Formats: sequence, C-alpha cells, structure tokens
Amino acid sequence: MIEPSSPIRSENQPQQSHHDQEIVSLESAKTYWRANLYLLAKLLFVWFVVSFGFGILFVDWLDQYSFFGFKLGFWFAQQGAIYVFVALIFIYAWRIHTIERELGIDDDSIRPSEEA
Amino acid sequence: MTTQMLTYLFVGLSFVLYIGIAIRSRAGSTKDFYVAGGGVHPVVNGMATAADWMSAASFISMAGIISFVGRDGSVYLLGWTGGYVLLALLLAPYLRKFGRFTVPDFIGERYYSKTARIVAVVCLIFVSFTYVAGQMRGVGIVFSRFLEVDVNTGVIIGMAIVFMYAVLGGMKGITYTQVAQYCVLIFAYMVPAVFISIMITGNPIPQLGFGSEVIDGSGLSVLEKLDGVLMDMGFSAYTEGSKSTIDVFAITAALMFGTAGLPHVLVRFFTVPKVSDARISAGYALAFIAILYTTAPAVASFARLNLVDTVHNTTYEDAPEWFGHWESTGLIAWQDKNADGIMQYGAGAAMSPTKPIFSDQIGSHGQRILENAPTDSVNEVYIDRDIMVLANPEIANLPGWVIALVAAGGVAAALSTAAGLLLVISSSISHDLLKQTLMPNISDKQELLYARLAAAVAVCVAGLFGIYPPAFVAQVVAFAFGLAAASLFPAILLGIFTKRVNKEGAIIGMLIGLIFTFSYIVFFKFYAPELNSAEHWLLGISPEGIGFIGMLLNIAAAFIVSKVTAAPPIEVQALVDDIRIPSGAGIAQDHG
Repeated sequence: MIEPSSPIRSENQPQQSHHDQEIVSLESAKTYWRANLYLLAKLLFVWFVVSFGFGILFVDWLDQYSFFGFKLGFWFAQQGAIYVFVALIFIYAWRIHTIERELGIDDDSIRPSEEA
Repeated sequence: MTTQMLTYLFVGLSFVLYIGIAIRSRAGSTKDFYVAGGGVHPVVNGMATAADWMSAASFISMAGIISFVGRDGSVYLLGWTGGYVLLALLLAPYLRKFGRFTVPDFIGERYYSKTARIVAVVCLIFVSFTYVAGQMRGVGIVFSRFLEVDVNTGVIIGMAIVFMYAVLGGMKGITYTQVAQYCVLIFAYMVPAVFISIMITGNPIPQLGFGSEVIDGSGLSVLEKLDGVLMDMGFSAYTEGSKSTIDVFAITAALMFGTAGLPHVLVRFFTVPKVSDARISAGYALAFIAILYTTAPAVASFARLNLVDTVHNTTYEDAPEWFGHWESTGLIAWQDKNADGIMQYGAGAAMSPTKPIFSDQIGSHGQRILENAPTDSVNEVYIDRDIMVLANPEIANLPGWVIALVAAGGVAAALSTAAGLLLVISSSISHDLLKQTLMPNISDKQELLYARLAAAVAVCVAGLFGIYPPAFVAQVVAFAFGLAAASLFPAILLGIFTKRVNKEGAIIGMLIGLIFTFSYIVFFKFYAPELNSAEHWLLGISPEGIGFIGMLLNIAAAFIVSKVTAAPPIEVQALVDDIRIPSGAGIAQDHG
C-alpha cells in the first residue's frame, strides 16, 4: 500500500528514485524542515497574538485606544485580525518558496501535464 | 418589470449558467470526479473554495447574528477565517503532496490501517451530514423566500440543480460552477453594503464606513452612536462583550480548528497542480472570503443603527415600506402592548413564544394581529435576524434589480456549499469504503459509476433531511465544527508533524475526541437542556466551544497511546519524510 514516490528515505535506506527528478539530499531535507518549523512558529505566534490575544484576551485593555474611529480591540476582533490572516498566508507562501529555491527542492518544474 | 419578475429572471439565468458550465465540464475519470483532474489554477481554486465555504448562513444570517450580539459575534468572524491560516500553513501543502483523493485516504495510509480509514470515514460522514442537512433546509428557505414557493418545493428545485452538476460533473463541474457562484454572491453582497454605507456615513467603503462619523450632524461615529442608542434602550453596548472570556476563547478555537479540519474544504486543495499552488490558493481563498467577512460586521452595525432609527418610537403608519413588506413574510411582527399606536423597540423578547404566530386579523393600524402572549418587557417588536441582510436593498432604497441580485446571491451561496459537501460524502463512500476497503478489484470506470450513484443517493438523503428536518438540525450545524476539530484535525496534523504517532494512537485519539465532544453536546443540548448554563459547564465552556477541549484530549491520547505501542513501520516514516518535501508533488498520485 505504501509506496513513497520521492527520493527522500529514512537514514538506513539507499536514496533512489523511480522518476527522472533530482535527488534531494538528506541534509537539505533536514535543513528545510528546521527552517520551515521556525518560520511556522513565527507566523503562528502572530496568528495567535492578533486573534486570541488582541481580539479576545486583551480586547478590553486595547479598547481604551482609538483607531480610525474604532475601539482598537473591537477593530482587531472584527476587522484587523482577518487582514493579518490573509497577509500571513501570502507571507508564508512567499518565504517558504524562497527557502525551497535556495535548497533546490522547490516544485517550480512541475506542470499539471506531467501528471496523467 | 416587477421585482418578482426580475428575481425569476436573475435566478433563472444563474441556473442556466451553472448547468451550462456543468455540461461543459463533465467528469471522464475518477480523478476528474474526485479532484477535478488535479489541474485547477490556484486563483480559480481559491474562488471555488470561497464559494464552497460561504453558505446561506454566511451570506444571510451571519451579519444578522453579529447585528444582535455585537462584539460577541467576533467568534464567527475570527473562527471562520483564522482556520484558513492553519489550513494553509499546517495542512493543505502536505495533503497536496500526499496527492490522493480524499481525507480518509491520507489517514488510512499514514496510519497504515483500514480501521483508521474507516474511523476517518465515520468522522467525515458525521461532520458532513450534520452540515449538509442544514444547507438543504437553507436552500429550501432561500428559494421559498425569494421565489415565493413552498419550502419543500424549494428543496426539490435545489436538489434537482445540485444533482445535475454534482452527479454529472463531480469535482470538475462543481469547481467551475462555484467560481460563477462566487462572482454572483459577492457582487450581490457588496452592492447593497456599499450603498448603505454611503447612506449612513457618506463613505463608500463599508469596512471604513463603520468607523466613520454618521452624517446626521451628531459628530459621533457609527459605533459610538450605536453604543449610546442601544444603552439608552436597555440593551448592552454594541462594542462590549457579554460572554465570558474563556468561552469566547474556546468557541473561537473550536471554529478555527474545525474549519481547518472540514473535509469539504480540505479536499479542495487536492485539485491544484502542486504544493506551492496549494499554499497560495489558500491565500486567495481567504482573501476572497475576507471581502465578505470584513463587510459583514459593517453591514451588521449599519443595519442595527438604521433599524433602531427607523422603527423605534415610530407610529406603525409612518414606518418605512419595507417594514410592512417583511411583516407580510412573517420576519417582522409588532404587538401594540400599550395601545399607543407607536412601536417601542427595546431589550428582551417582545412576546411568548418568541417567534410570532399570526392570526388572520388585521389591527386598527393595519398591522397583523398576533396570537402570542405579550411579555412584561417594553419591547413590542419581533425582528428575525435574517432581515439585516435581506431587507438591506429596500432599506437603502435600491432598485428592484438589486433585490433580485440578492436573491440570486443567496441561492448561489446555498447551492455551492451543498454541492461541495455532497461531493466529499460520495467520494468517501465510493473511494474509501468501496474501492479501498470492500471492493478493491473494481475498475476506474466502475468506481466512477459508484461515485455518481453515491452522489445521487447523497443528494436524495440530504433532500429528505431538508424536507423532513430532524428537530435538532438547526441546532447542530454549528457543532459540525466542534466534531471536525476534535476528530479529523488532530489526526491529520499529527500525521504530518510527528513520525512517532502510530495507528493505535491516532485511532484512539480520534474516537476519544469524537465521543467526548459528541456526548457533551448531546448531554447539554438534548438530554438535559435545563442544565445548559455556565455554572454546569466544564470549565465554563459551552457546547459550542467544547470541540477545543475534545481536540486537546485527542492529541494527548494520541501521544500517550503511541508512546506505549510500537513505532510506525519504516515505510510510513519514509512517507512522512516524503510529504514534507514539496518537489515531486504532481507525480505522487500515480501510485495508489
């Protein structure tokens, strides 16, 4: 049932591929995953702070400040957090793709026609 | 042309469009049927996801709910958008790399177990059917309200349309109709919102308008004025919350993690060509969703302010025209308790039972006479929350075609969500239950036939739920999120981010999460509803938010059980390594 298709294998197996594609070294796979987890931690921290932090836990405290006619906490809860969410996804997509290109493990060469 | 004729015209044209698209994009293989061939452009998929996501409830009811609960309504805004961040960062790219057809596919392979696959199918059907039952009823209500047909007739028309494009076109048909449906629904939502914003604040952008000053010379912003007016009338302030912080936290979390674990949303990310597309596509999806979700709270505040201004302390004869119009549909009612001919609007239920029961008689002012008993509160007016969006075009004095447009938008929202849900139900049956478990030897053609049959059966079952709604349906739709958060989300997350969690851990975790959440909800909602208040809740968390606790229990159980049982086989650990790397994404599904 399990038939891994990419060249990444666990340590004790020889690296091989049954596709004509580049072999990803174990080293860059590990580097990539560490960089990815670090990036995720940073972005999810922001995700938590703007929604659960500003929008819920500290909403009353932030409400003492005014922002474009809104109470600041209320604004985060009903507007600001959503804008930040959208930005976070695009920032992640862009940052992680840069890291992938640097390590040569991006998916830029894949086109839908290669499936079939 | 009358508004009613325009409505028929607009809704009819939109149906022709959807069916035309469905016929053009017929599915030829199971891959077309389940994942639209895997070649959908990320922007197209983002738009389709947005339409799939935004149901009749988002389109019609959400602004109404926020309108009446003010800041507490933020749980829906945050919960139903924040989940996309989790989806884009933690799940979608890896599921795309894994590259099969369904969510149980992933769970079955990652946890190398048919049992795990079946448990995932059970969770999926549970979550999706609770959700779709509410949608079909929604379809019926939308149709009956706009086309002036009976609710059951509405459900049947809706079934026929969904049947056409879901059974014929599968995911391929659904994807392209959903793109059209998104365009219809967002246009229909924004036009009245912009005009109302201009009417109240002079600012054409609703998102800015509800922080701007009201153009009545008072110098107050919309929210300041609303807070003041509502407090004078005995309501709590619009920008203050009344729920406890822990409950708001738990409900938001349950909705967020549930959103990320909803199968009909996850499966949309199997349709794009590659991993980087899955990530960017989730970004587009949320951007398209955010257009409506940031407008909704603005509409909510404008509509509430406008309602108070035009209805409170007005004689029935002087009430705006739309008041009588919506009174005739039963969404508004007035009981002249103090017999002064003036409508007093205020806090508390106006009558008992809270929903109006109309008699045939007409009162001295022309109002419909009610059979409900009056309550002690000063409030004399019943207002259905759906009014806030439905009556917007009339409140803003917009022409008939805008009203017709809103009708087409509501119908589009309801149909697109129902179709997406029916598709994941049918593919989990034909693919996970039949092909992968019971009948492994069937050919692709036979599997496609079973997929169509399963879709047809699912449409009919969902239609029956719509016509004979189980009394509990309306109440449980929101709980689909809690169940998804407590069962599927952790299994997928742990499957990607740990190699150590094994089949025993995942299965027991899913079961504990599902059973705990389900029991808690059933206990407080159906078994002992009289105990359903904060002092009896676990940690002060309401049934709406308990999915968050269910999720934590699931994760804890998965780790503990995995620790005392054998590690997953080496091939499975290699599979995890494989899905973590984006290159080679399009090729993964050739094996299977």
